Amino acid sequence: MVYHFKSRRMVYGLTLFFIALSGFAQMPIFKRYYIADIPGLGWLAQFYVTHVIHYAVAALLMGFCAYVAFDYFFGRRNSGTKKFQITKDTRITASARVKIAALCGLILTGCFMVVKNLSGIYFPHGVVIGLDLLHLVLAMVLLGATAYTWVRGRSWIF
Amino acid sequence: MSSPISRRHFLKTSFFAAGTAIAGTSTAKAASTFDADKEPLVTLIDISRCIGCEECVYACQDANAHKFADPKKPFPKMYPDRVPVEDWSDRRNVTDRLTPYNWLYIQYASATTKEGEKITLTIPRRCMHCQNPPCVKLCPWGAAKQEKNGLSRIDSQICLGGSKCKKACPWDIPQRQTGTGLYLDLLPAFAGNGVMYKCDRCYQKIEKGEQPACIEACPEDVQTIGKRSDIIKKAKDLAKEMDGYIYGLDENGGTNTIYVSPVPFDQLVYDTGEGKPHMHPVEDTMAAGSNLAIAMVIAPIAGAAAAVGKYYRQMKEEA
Ligand code: SF4
Ligand code: SF4
Ligand code: SF4
Repeated sequence: MVYHFKSRRMVYGLTLFFIALSGFAQMPIFKRYYIADIPGLGWLAQFYVTHVIHYAVAALLMGFCAYVAFDYFFGRRNSGTKKFQITKDTRITASARVKIAALCGLILTGCFMVVKNLSGIYFPHGVVIGLDLLHLVLAMVLLGATAYTWVRGRSWIF
Repeated sequence: MSSPISRRHFLKTSFFAAGTAIAGTSTAKAASTFDADKEPLVTLIDISRCIGCEECVYACQDANAHKFADPKKPFPKMYPDRVPVEDWSDRRNVTDRLTPYNWLYIQYASATTKEGEKITLTIPRRCMHCQNPPCVKLCPWGAAKQEKNGLSRIDSQICLGGSKCKKACPWDIPQRQTGTGLYLDLLPAFAGNGVMYKCDRCYQKIEKGEQPACIEACPEDVQTIGKRSDIIKKAKDLAKEMDGYIYGLDENGGTNTIYVSPVPFDQLVYDTGEGKPHMHPVEDTMAAGSNLAIAMVIAPIAGAAAAVGKYYRQMKEEA
């Protein structure tokens, strides 16, 4: 198992935590179920705060994903010397493929939703509903896969 | 609706019909105006003309009665206990505030004119139809929608009544009715709480090229509807003419409702509270998100550039 990239994993973990939290906070549930009453979590019921946090963390996540993806792409050109953590022999695990697919879907649907939220942009109603639901389902897939890989100790690459 | 109002409404409708017959079909005229326009439709509300007769209020109720909720009681118990039951079904006649059964009300405001005269103004209040409506854009289910003609409305077939739109609206416009809608078919005890209702700018009439009911019914021609550029020009001309003030042009990034008043809006004294919206200046609530969209374009480019930089460093090291 490859347990490199400690700092990378930490950044990803934190980003995922906050983007998921602020994402679920888009639904009016945290107030209803007393979670926003927990000291320090009141912001979860403030929709403009969670909206901005979700956007800001999404920007971070996209920057991070771009870095990791390009790093992997270029790293695969490296010869198999021990010096590099990613080389031409590096492979992506099956569970990571699921997570990557979900992440790509989330980023794609998310981008459309950001565009939809700009002034003067009108998407057909069915498309908006589709994007909302798909974004939610993909988030569940990503979190499910993340929970699975965490419990089973699966890495992204081998 | 009480009978005197019905009678008044009947007389008004007959008068309007007669007027229409004489003047040619105003409806047909409206149709050609609305169909051709690609710009959003905006309403201009000249507060100085309103006499507070409430014809618009009752016309709104009549025109939209078929959209109102008919909830069955008792409502399913909701958990936890803090979830509020909001039931207006037995108070459908309330007209002194916004409710799920009253999407337009007349707000009384007192003010002092420049000449020192004390006056009372009556102001038709309803959804402002924001240009970038947070109620629509932030709805997590896509239950609220905005149409190209600038109106925003909540689909009562999809809305779960979570009231996020009301919290996101700078004027707290949407109003909830418990015990109706899709949530009853899902998990009524644990999620949802009815349907949110607000002015939908009589979309069914606009679709046919007709004017919204409140505009048609007004005996004083308080409201004018037309394409954005025309109405903004009209509003500015009117404000100049009466040495008046404009509300709605910049509020929340601009709304498709423009009020013109002879008295500054911050000098109006009126009741606010539940179902009674204010007239304060409003910052663009969606601006922060729109600005962050730029960060979302830059971030992946920066990430990719960092990876490229790292690769070139590695190449150098290997060489
Ligand atoms: S005034 Fe409120 S309800 Fe109306 S469009 Fe704006 S945000 Fe939505
Ligand atoms: S536009 Fe239609 S729905 Fe809106 S207040 Fe006027 S009559 Fe009512
Ligand atoms: S807007 Fe017109 S119909 Fe409505 S209260 Fe004022 S004068 Fe009467």
